[in-house]
Amino acid sequence: MLRSLCVALLALVLIGCAQQPAKDDSLYRDLGEKPGITRIVEGMLINVAGDPRIVQFFARVDIAGLRDKLVDKFCVIAGGPCVYTGDSLEESHKGQNLSPSHFNALVENLQASMDSQGVPTPVQNRLLARLAPLRGQVIGK
Amino acid sequence: MWLSQLTGALLLGMFTSAALAGEGRLLATGGASSLEGAAGGGITPWAVLSGYGEKGEWGADVFATRVETADYRLDVAGVAAAYDNRIELSYARQRLDLGNLARDLSLPENSLSQDIFAIKVRLFGDLIYDQLPQVSLGIQHKRQKDFLIPSLVGAQRDEDTEGYLTASRLILGGAFGYNLLLNGGVRYSRANELGLLGFGGDRRDRRSVLKEGSVAVLLNRQWAVGVEYREKPDNLNFAGESDWADLFVGYFPNKHLAIVLAYARLGEIATLDDQNGAYLSVQGSF
Repeated sequence: MLRSLCVALLALVLIGCAQQPAKDDSLYRDLGEKPGITRIVEGMLINVAGDPRIVQFFARVDIAGLRDKLVDKFCVIAGGPCVYTGDSLEESHKGQNLSPSHFNALVENLQASMDSQGVPTPVQNRLLARLAPLRGQVIGK
Repeated sequence: MWLSQLTGALLLGMFTSAALAGEGRLLATGGASSLEGAAGGGITPWAVLSGYGEKGEWGADVFATRVETADYRLDVAGVAAAYDNRIELSYARQRLDLGNLARDLSLPENSLSQDIFAIKVRLFGDLIYDQLPQVSLGIQHKRQKDFLIPSLVGAQRDEDTEGYLTASRLILGGAFGYNLLLNGGVRYSRANELGLLGFGGDRRDRRSVLKEGSVAVLLNRQWAVGVEYREKPDNLNFAGESDWADLFVGYFPNKHLAIVLAYARLGEIATLDDQNGAYLSVQGSF
């Protein structure tokens, strides 16, 4: 009796492992997949280039490389089929001692980019809601 | 003594803010100006601090508000300054025009005024980012300036100090994808009609614990719609005092301007019932 119960339980666990729920990629699709995310990231970086509050942090950065890393990062965060190969957020912001204001400045540049790409407010909010918890890995490092 | 120090600190804050003003916080997170001068909605304060200053930055605002009901008109003007996204000092002057009531009853005065000096401190948390919501503690010192009428209807004193504890949280995408702002707080007060009718009364002279709160939905970064509610004490025998509520639309075109238009339901005020009407507030931030 006990033995057959164990077998049944084991079978259930195995089936459960085999049938993982499909990853929710709806935000990735709503952002326009890889091309849409690329436009959003490029627009954000162009806005940053004209933003005296934070442009200095990007002065000695390989912008094309940064763009590719950010696109991958946003893609992963949005549930898309990408692989992020860059440093951890803590590592890549080390020594910059970014303030909450610097973080918000980047958020504003991202919002302005999404506005100009015509990304609807609820879609913008879903992306921001996934980025907001990462603030602690970015500021004060 | 501390009053003049507060005023001095305020002025100093206003002055230096011109040089050091920060705009580190996101649009609309400085709120509008509440009737008592603290950053907030209209009839309730929020846990946010005035202006847009983040850590190490100043923020400040000036505002003017008018509420026009069937029989009364309330005018408010004030200033607030905040530093470090931590501490806010504010001053507001309120003037309630008694209009019909003064005429009908041949009252000795046709308006009631008071000054409100206040401080608000963010205790912990953050409106958007931290695990915990932003929680602030406020102290408001109120001085009623035309005490003849309040004393005749049973008010016990012409100045008093009250406190409130309030929490605010912006939930990103919390309302069907739109950002949802929740505010809730408790106040410990015996102010009659905010203090315009003095403090304490012949019916009850002790402070009451009063709940207040608001819910708003941000349609985008510039526009917010919401409701507010505020419990009020009922200390005077001569008339009932109603809880207040309003429906509002807030417009934040940029970090220097906020406009709030509301429909306010103020109920019974000094024996006159159904005091419902329009609320308009304009705020400039620096």
